[in-house]
Amino acid sequence: MSSASSLSVDKRDIVALEGVTKRFPGVVANDSVDLAIRPGEVHVLLGENGAGKSTLIGMLSGLQQPDEGRILVDGEPTAITSPRHALALGIGTVFQHMMLVPTLTVAENLLLGGPWWQRPKTEELEARVAEITRTLGITVKLHARVSELSLGEQQQVEILRAMVRNSRLLILDESTSMLTPKGIDELGALMRRLVEQGLAIVFITHKLKEAAAFGDRISVLKLGRKVGEIPPERFRALGEQVIISEIVELMFGKQKDDPEAAERPVRTIHAEAAPLLQVHDLGVAPTDDAPGLSSISFDIRPGELLGIAGIDGNGQKQLAEALAGQRATAYGSVRLQGATIDALSVGERRERGLRYLTDDRLGEGTVGTFPVSINFFLKQVGAAPFWRRGVEQRAEIDKRAAQLVREYDVRTPSLKTPVARLSGGNIQKVLLARELAEGAKVVIFNKPTYGLDLANTLASRQRIRDTAARGLAVLLISTDLEELLSMCDRIAVIANGLLVGTVENADDARTKIGRLMIGLAA
Amino acid sequence: MSIDTAPSAGATALDATAAVVTRRDIQHRLLMTLGPILAALIIAGSILLAVGVDPLAYYSFVLKRGLLSPLGIQQTLTRMAPLLFLAAGLIVAFRAGMWNLGGDGQFLLGAVTAAASAPALVQVMPAWLALICSFVIAMLVAMIWSLVPALLRAYQGVNEIITTLMMTFLGTSLANVLVKLVFRDPGTTVPQTRTLPVEDRLPRLFDTTITSGLLLGLVAIITVHLVMTRTAFGLKLRIVGANPRAAIHAGLGVPKLTVAVFAISAGLAGLAGAVDILGVQGNVRADWNPAYGLAVIPVVFLARMNGFAAIGFVFLLSVLSIGGESAARRLGVPNHFTLVLVSIVLIVLALAEYLDHRYNQSRRELKR
Repeated sequence: MSSASSLSVDKRDIVALEGVTKRFPGVVANDSVDLAIRPGEVHVLLGENGAGKSTLIGMLSGLQQPDEGRILVDGEPTAITSPRHALALGIGTVFQHMMLVPTLTVAENLLLGGPWWQRPKTEELEARVAEITRTLGITVKLHARVSELSLGEQQQVEILRAMVRNSRLLILDESTSMLTPKGIDELGALMRRLVEQGLAIVFITHKLKEAAAFGDRISVLKLGRKVGEIPPERFRALGEQVIISEIVELMFGKQKDDPEAAERPVRTIHAEAAPLLQVHDLGVAPTDDAPGLSSISFDIRPGELLGIAGIDGNGQKQLAEALAGQRATAYGSVRLQGATIDALSVGERRERGLRYLTDDRLGEGTVGTFPVSINFFLKQVGAAPFWRRGVEQRAEIDKRAAQLVREYDVRTPSLKTPVARLSGGNIQKVLLARELAEGAKVVIFNKPTYGLDLANTLASRQRIRDTAARGLAVLLISTDLEELLSMCDRIAVIANGLLVGTVENADDARTKIGRLMIGLAA
Repeated sequence: MSIDTAPSAGATALDATAAVVTRRDIQHRLLMTLGPILAALIIAGSILLAVGVDPLAYYSFVLKRGLLSPLGIQQTLTRMAPLLFLAAGLIVAFRAGMWNLGGDGQFLLGAVTAAASAPALVQVMPAWLALICSFVIAMLVAMIWSLVPALLRAYQGVNEIITTLMMTFLGTSLANVLVKLVFRDPGTTVPQTRTLPVEDRLPRLFDTTITSGLLLGLVAIITVHLVMTRTAFGLKLRIVGANPRAAIHAGLGVPKLTVAVFAISAGLAGLAGAVDILGVQGNVRADWNPAYGLAVIPVVFLARMNGFAAIGFVFLLSVLSIGGESAARRLGVPNHFTLVLVSIVLIVLALAEYLDHRYNQSRRELKR
């Protein structure tokens, strides 16, 4: 943990970041980050969702510009203005999602981006690829279509592409998230051979095991700040267990000056009360772009706040949608107040008091071009008193909408304003008003504060606490561990569509959940 | 519930422009509509010049024959009847985000079945009942014809633009086959259906030649407009059209609504065919295909899927096509030039909209 060492610019650094800050509306994505990247090293960037890893990569690969601080390339302050510029500087990036054209062959993909007036130099490429692959000990089928390759092979092609373009620094963004365990090992070996040839690698991951196995130097990011670095000397000196526990402390340890920190009021939940929501052995089949769920079971009692923690994309959305009735389940049962609701539609579940506040506010939560007033009642179209015999009662709608706007403090120019023109926080208030309206018994909140500024985050959290205090059962899905720790009674951890453990929110919950999240036993 | 035709009602119905309409907005709107139309007339005029026709003569002839002569205006109003039904059908489909481009097939099948059933039915029942039955039969046939694309879209997600277009080829051919083989009038040498006697057709209005189908068309399009803007059903369809994922999230039965949209849209197209046959034509000749369905599509876009605005634009299209037909005979400009004109108007309007949007955006950027 010596952040001082990286401050002094070393001549050996290919790229160095000095006090780089990047702000987005309402968020500080990177807060004066220092980073030194050296040849012959695998530099691991470790951090949760929203820690600022992607923004950092965006700035290194020319997609974004820092607001403050500077980036040094070979010791010279350089503004990396575009991805093309980054490539010219020798910075190649392999993004999390594959960036190859699936219908073209590997060779065609590698030749993309050449001058348009020249014939692609296929022979030259073949010779070059043969040379690179020989030294790295990999085989690449140049004339196979990309769509026929496995994900691991596609990744090798992307790395190869960066090598063909003479990259000196290779950035691998969450490259293991789509790979099989064997593929991950192969990638680790390949990275080792690449750094032995004098390349520098930045390897982004949230899996601690990989960081410890493949890294030479580890930097830990948290909420946009670099909270620690383990240099190679220390890395080699310490045992794996010591390193892991040190990193867990860095990643999940409590911040002292966190404005969001709130003391969780001690609530008494009647343990003998019958659960409002019972989920038993629920399973969802995986689809092309989403993981499935297997054997999910939990209960929520009245007034209880159950949290679901986990890295994004591990089945959280599928869980919420399966409960709300939007997604077909493969097996298992869901009971609301003891009565099974598996056969009920989305509307019928809502009618019985099961409410789902989606994380995709504009994508599915609202109709952006419709006025604010109508968006309050999207899930009640046709219901009295707002519609009588199918005919819209505009006066009733406007009256109730005005009431909700006041009650939930929605800042809108008028009731007729298209909802997409409101800020994220105000759209969220519209959704809160809609889902918490009369008749709610169980409420599922999916990432309720995602993308909101601090004031709206705190307001939303208070709404959620109030909801539980009213005796409703609350399921809070969030990728923000602080949020869960400050609000929930119990926290379950989801990974690969499985609940890997449930933790009572007591003193040591933070470490236990952190360990579960990065794939260690609690 | 009040029926106000003020521009504010049109604007709120348009979902995207729900803001309060001021005088400046109206001026801007007029400029943005009339300016491009003028530009389109000039472009079309240049085309006429290029092929050696005096554009002023053409335009004044079209205006005289389509609008100003007593016979012309009566023909124009009569022509509006099927076009209004077709426009109503397209408004339902387009507002629900479903691009039913199979209007012509549905129209012709409705026309043929109405032409086949009405002369037979008047033999056994009073004329008014026979007409109603023919309307219903035409509507049902067109609805059934739309089932294939509707079910494919609702349950398989197959793009309805392709399927409805393909079904329209099949539909026009099937209509022809029916005329030539099944419903052919044995009493004539030309292949056509039996002719409905003039006295049994839809009554004419007052002492004119204007068909009362015009009133039916107006009722249809105004009803559709009110249903789409003022009822729960219409709102559900608009939600499906504006954001299908929100519709699923809100628990709407999207597949069933999809089938309903296709049925209503095709049903109205079938009624359009029936109203043209039962009010004006009296029979269907082989190879008859006026292609109204395609001509109405740009009109509905120009009206921004607003029923009241569509009435105005349908009137304009009727004037152009009646006048254009006369001009074709007199000046030798092909009939299709009407469609060329309408298309140029649409494209210029779209361009104007784009430029206006860009201009507003850059002005907003400057203010920052």
